[in-house]
Amino acid sequence: MAPQSLHSFRRPLGRVALLIGALALSACANPGGIGGAGGAGGPGAGAQATAAPNSPQYFRETVGDRVLFEVDQSSLTSVAQNTLSSQARWLSENPEYRAIIEGHADEQGTREYNLALGARRANSVQEFLIGQGVAGDRLRTVSYGKERPIEVCSDESCYRQNRRAVTVLEAGAGS
Amino acid sequence: MFVLRFLVATLLSKLGLSGMAILGLVAIWAATPAPAQDGPLRIEITEGVVEPLPFAVPVFVAENAAAEQVARDITRVVAADLVSTGLFREIPAEAHIASVSSFDQSVAYSDWKAINAQALIVGAVSVGSDGRVETRFRLHDVFAGAELGQGLRLGGTTQAWRRIAHKVADQVYGRITGEGGYFDSRVVFVAEEGPKDARRKRLAIMDYDGENVQFLTDDATLVLAPRFSPTGDRVLYTSYETGFPQIYLLDVGTVQRQVLADEAGTMTFSPRFSPDGSRVVYSASRGGNTDLFARALGGGEATRLTSAPSIETAPSFSPDGSQIVFESDRSGTPQLYVMPSTGGEARRISFGPGRYGTPVWSPRGDLIAFTKQASGRFHIGVMRTDGSEERLLTASFLDEGPTWAPNGRVLMFTRQGAGAEARPEIYSVDVSGRNLKRVPTPGSASDPAWSPLLP
Repeated sequence: MAPQSLHSFRRPLGRVALLIGALALSACANPGGIGGAGGAGGPGAGAQATAAPNSPQYFRETVGDRVLFEVDQSSLTSVAQNTLSSQARWLSENPEYRAIIEGHADEQGTREYNLALGARRANSVQEFLIGQGVAGDRLRTVSYGKERPIEVCSDESCYRQNRRAVTVLEAGAGS
Repeated sequence: MFVLRFLVATLLSKLGLSGMAILGLVAIWAATPAPAQDGPLRIEITEGVVEPLPFAVPVFVAENAAAEQVARDITRVVAADLVSTGLFREIPAEAHIASVSSFDQSVAYSDWKAINAQALIVGAVSVGSDGRVETRFRLHDVFAGAELGQGLRLGGTTQAWRRIAHKVADQVYGRITGEGGYFDSRVVFVAEEGPKDARRKRLAIMDYDGENVQFLTDDATLVLAPRFSPTGDRVLYTSYETGFPQIYLLDVGTVQRQVLADEAGTMTFSPRFSPDGSRVVYSASRGGNTDLFARALGGGEATRLTSAPSIETAPSFSPDGSQIVFESDRSGTPQLYVMPSTGGEARRISFGPGRYGTPVWSPRGDLIAFTKQASGRFHIGVMRTDGSEERLLTASFLDEGPTWAPNGRVLMFTRQGAGAEARPEIYSVDVSGRNLKRVPTPGSASDPAWSPLLP
C-alpha cells in the first residue's frame, strides 16, 4: 500500500486531503489490498470483500484506477479500454466525484518530452471517458512526465508500471 | 587537436595586441612534451590528451594584516578555476624557487623558467577599514620575459572575494586562450532530496564551481528546469504550485516570483528567454497536444508558433534572436528542427540514428548542443546549426539537458545512473569532449542552467 498512499499525499488539492484520510483508514483494514502493480493488474480478494461499491477504495482497487501504455505510446490497449469502460460506469453511478487524470512516463526520455507524453496519455484517457458518457467538466488532466515513478528499478519491469495514467478521484460534483 | 586549433586562432587574433608574448607562450606549450598530470584533481579524459599549460601563482601579497587570509583564499580560487578547465596545470608552491614579497618587485623570470612555469600570476590584496577588498594582479609570460596584457585592479566587498578571484582567473584565461572567460558566473539548478519514488525538489543557485549554494524555493512544490534571463538576474522555471505545471518568473535578488501565464486547462513548461530578454518561448499542452508559443514578458497575448498534432517542446533561440531550435516528434521520433523565431516552416536538422531532444543554441552561435538517446544510452552532443558535424561528447545510462558556459566552450548537464538508489548529479564537459567531471553540489542536483558572465 505504500506506493499508492504516498502517491495520494502528493496530490495537489487541499480538499482531497479529507478524502485521503478516509481512504487511509479503510485501506489499513486490508493491508494486502493494494498491490504495487496498481489497480489495472487485478486487486486482492480481501479488498473486494470490504470496500463499498460506491467508495473511492473500490474504484481504486476493484474498478482499477490506472491504465498502462507501451513505450512512447498514448493509444489505449484493449485491457486499458476495459478498465476505462469500468471507470466510466463507476463515475456515472457516482456523480458526486470528479477526477484528475494524471499522465506519467518512464525515465527513458528527456524531462520535457516526457511531460508532453504524459499530457498525451492523460488526454487519451480523458477522451475515452468522455466518449463513454462522463461529462467533460468532471475531468481534468495533469502530466507529471517522469517525475513521479511508482517503481524505482531501471528496467522494463518497472518502466511498464510507470508508463501510466491514473484516474484520481476528487470529492465534488461537476460544475 | 581542438585546443591547439583554437590556440592558433587565438594567436592570430591577438597578434595586434601582445602577439609576441602569446607567441612565446603558445609555441612553448605546443612543443613541450607531456608529463603526466598529478595533484588532487581527477580529470576523466574522453578524447585525446592535451598537455595543460604549467603556471605558478605565488600567494598574493597581503598588503596589510587584514588581507592575509583573503589573499590566500583568492589565490587558491584563481588556481582552482584555471586548473578546473583542464587547460592549465599549477606548479605547486613547494617547487617555487623565487618568492614574491612585493607586488612591484621585478620578476626573476629565470627562476620561474627553471621550474617550467610558462605563466606566472602575481597579485596583491589589501583590505580597507570598510572591509573593501582591493586586488591587483599581473600576468607574466615567463618564457617571453614580459607581462601579458595590462595589470588590473579589482575591488569589491568582503563577501565578494570569490567573485574577485573568478574575475582574475577569467582575465588570465582570456589572455592566454583568447576566449571569453566563464568563472564569474552562476548556475541555477534543481536540488533533489529523498527516494526516487518520493523525490523532493527545490530551486537553488550556486557559483559555477558549486560554491555559495542558496535555495530559492522550498521543497513543498515540484519544480523543474530553470532558465536564466540574458542578464542573469531573473529565472524562468516550471512549478506545480497550483497542482498543474505552470511557468513562473523569479527575481534572483528578491526571490519574488510570479506566474507567467495562468491559462485554465493549459499546462505550460520548458520556457526560455529571447536573447534580448523581452520575450519567452515555451511549450503549452492543451487537449493533450503540446505546441510552442511565445509571449512578451510585459504581458499580452500568447503567439502560437507551431500548430501540429505532434509534440513540440524544448525551444531555444539563436543568439541573434532570429531563429528557434526545438524538439518535435512530427516524424515519428523526437528530432531537432529549426524555424524562424516568429514561427513558420521548420527544417529538420538531426538525421542520425536515435532520438534527439533539448537542443540549446551556443552563445557563440556556431553549435547546437543536445541530448541524444540511442541503443539504450544517453549522450550529450553538439552539431553545427545545420545539423552537420555531429559529435557525441558523453555517454551514460542517463545524460540530459545541456547548458552552455557563457563562452560557449563548456557544457553542464544532468547525469543519473540506473536503479533505485541512483541520484542525479551535475557534470561538466568541454565542447571538445575533454575534461568530463562532476560539479560539486551539496546533494543531488539536476537541470543546471548557466548564467551569462556576471557584470
